[in-house]
Amino acid sequence: MKDKKFIISGVIIFLIIAAFPFWYNRGKAAPAPELELTPTAKAAKECVRSTEYMKAEHMKLLDVWRDSVVRRGDRTYVSPSGKEYNMSLSNTCLDCHSNKAEFCDRCHNYASVRPYCWDCHIDNPKENS
Amino acid sequence: MLELAIKGGKKYYGWMTFLLLIVGVGFLHYLWQLDFGLGITGLSRDTSWGFYIANFTFLVGVAAGGVMVVLPHYLHDYKAFGRVTILGEFLAIASVIMCITFILVDLGQPMRIFNVFIYFSPRSVLFWDTLVLNGYLFLNIIIGWNVLEAERNQVHYQPWLKPLIYLSIPWAVSIHTVTAYLYCGLPGRGFWMTAILAPRFLASAFAAGPALLILCCLIIRRVSSFDPGREQIQALAKIVAYAICINVFFFLCEVFVAFYSQIPEHMDHIKYLFIGLHGHGAYVPWMWTSMALMLLGIILTVNPITRQNEGVLAVACVVIFLGTWIDKGLGMIAGGFTPTPLHEVNEYIPSVPEILIALGVWAMGLLILTALFKIAVGVKEELHE
Amino acid sequence: MDSCRRRVLQLLGLSSLALTATPVLNAFAKEAEHAEEPKPVIKPNKKALTAKQWAMVIDTRKFESVDDVEPLVEACDTIHNVPHLNNKNHEIKWIWETHYHNAFPGKAGRFLSEEVEHRPFIVLCNHCENPPCVRACPTKATWKRESDGIVLMDFHRCIGCRFCMAACPFGARSFNYRDPRPFIKETNKKFPTRMKGVVEKCNFCAERLAVGQPPACVEVSEGKLAFGDLYDPESEVRELIRTHYTIRRKQVLGTEPSVYYIV
Repeated sequence: MKDKKFIISGVIIFLIIAAFPFWYNRGKAAPAPELELTPTAKAAKECVRSTEYMKAEHMKLLDVWRDSVVRRGDRTYVSPSGKEYNMSLSNTCLDCHSNKAEFCDRCHNYASVRPYCWDCHIDNPKENS
Repeated sequence: MLELAIKGGKKYYGWMTFLLLIVGVGFLHYLWQLDFGLGITGLSRDTSWGFYIANFTFLVGVAAGGVMVVLPHYLHDYKAFGRVTILGEFLAIASVIMCITFILVDLGQPMRIFNVFIYFSPRSVLFWDTLVLNGYLFLNIIIGWNVLEAERNQVHYQPWLKPLIYLSIPWAVSIHTVTAYLYCGLPGRGFWMTAILAPRFLASAFAAGPALLILCCLIIRRVSSFDPGREQIQALAKIVAYAICINVFFFLCEVFVAFYSQIPEHMDHIKYLFIGLHGHGAYVPWMWTSMALMLLGIILTVNPITRQNEGVLAVACVVIFLGTWIDKGLGMIAGGFTPTPLHEVNEYIPSVPEILIALGVWAMGLLILTALFKIAVGVKEELHE
Repeated sequence: MDSCRRRVLQLLGLSSLALTATPVLNAFAKEAEHAEEPKPVIKPNKKALTAKQWAMVIDTRKFESVDDVEPLVEACDTIHNVPHLNNKNHEIKWIWETHYHNAFPGKAGRFLSEEVEHRPFIVLCNHCENPPCVRACPTKATWKRESDGIVLMDFHRCIGCRFCMAACPFGARSFNYRDPRPFIKETNKKFPTRMKGVVEKCNFCAERLAVGQPPACVEVSEGKLAFGDLYDPESEVRELIRTHYTIRRKQVLGTEPSVYYIV
């Protein structure tokens, strides 16, 4: 190949640029987000489901709640532990976790997730307007 | 074959750059619309469909019009059209892409468009419209590309294309029928609730589509060494003549039905469009202009002397295209929504951002059309060298 | 050439196996994990009101002036966060007042009494039994709930195509042409707002019915509105329809509206 020099140098430059996030941020990994629980949440001790489950599946749970309330009109959720909850993002979840900025947003910002729930669902039900 | 689209002279690149600029302006306004909402248009609670859907409806017709070259050639062995079927198919592709874009631009939540497929609703005509439009697009891409490629390599096109080509003929009729069914099945809209809506759509489609095709052929003859052929253009012109006559006749049938029966529900919409209603009459000059243009188009295309003069024919095609665009576009949409189901008049005028976005979509369509035609003409020119 | 193609096919086979191995194993693992836990149960609220087809009877004779209508509109707008926009084109209305000739175009007679000419008529979504808007929706974002006949909006699914608005013969639907939040006078924290780009309309207060309360407009109407199950022969609405002459909007279209008007 007569263009060997250009090709190899081109590949190297590409690799440097592509790996930029890694070598630029070495040793400076952003820490995992710290979530703050409100006093109400701490007092309740357990959420609608176990913390493990909520961490992994709260999106799916909200989806199930959404379809159940909107499309079928069923509003009561009986968790495996037997407790009954009203299926509502603003009135149940945010009733306890009323600190969206220190709770929900921490992980969402870290993972760069922008759920559009807040376009409609009130995110500060306890605050006076 | 794509390389034929990027090899061009100064005029070609100048034209494409000009179109790109218009697309850019339209795109920026669309970003504004995404951010603010459809409130930047002139749409209202009473007229919830407007300029975007009007253009969509008109362009479905133009896309279906491409079948007017395919049908005679493949079904009735009219050999002369063999030179220009590819132009009809490529026009269909560009038009359908414009249609789909107009729909996307009109949606309030376009990022949710896949809901139509995930939660498909066979009772909704919009669902079927999505299917047939996309199907027609793919049909024409597959057929057009393969037939052209075969022509370039001077072999017969693959035999499996034949059934697809035959399928595309009723499919073309179906895209416009389904689009008409969007309107004519709605119980609350008396202006659209007429059995003749689908036939009228087809008639104006077969006038507007081939009219645009004739104009493209004349331009192609001017800018390249490929001549689509005088006989072909004349055959298309005769199709346009019949189609525009039938379109105007159908409209006059509508007028008779409404005004002889004297049913207010049916008369009011035509009155609003042609003489104004409750003091509102913004569409009156447009509708009468449309009628005049279509009438002029009839005279020029039916009369053989004017039809055979290609300069006058070009004028006739422009006039017919514009006339049907007004009549089937905003005339039909605004007329359907006004007066409202509560018999109120809230006049709809498209806003400037709305028009600019629509122009952007048209420019994008013309861009695609030019590129595709460049490829087709490139192949034809290659063969004649 | 043959061995080359064979290689490719072998590679494809191995990669598809490799790609599907993890999810399949995960699925089995998940099943094993959750096998012991009892499953959550979803059920309706104990106090929920049920009906085969909710219907409303409006006694228009009890409405004298706009003052009689205002509390109804106010109640609905407040609890549902219905915005008040300045631009008439972008207005959102779930229930509103109009003239006899607009509520019943083509039906309202001539030479009526002064009183009827000036009587306010309230109009809202009729929650038809044969709704054209539901037929029109390409995503079933608006659908007729089988359990109680309410025609509902799923704002999560709506793509904002506005076909339902074109299909509605009663002009009952509004579209959010812009973000409604700046135009909501006082937000009801218990009910969501809507976002730009979706269609909305009266929902027969489905959220109130689900917890045992009548629709807000019915509650504040002081008896002018009646609400009940159309298919319960003992219900108040059936009683009223039986004993009074009622009309429905655009009955001839066959959409079977569930809102009856005593005139």
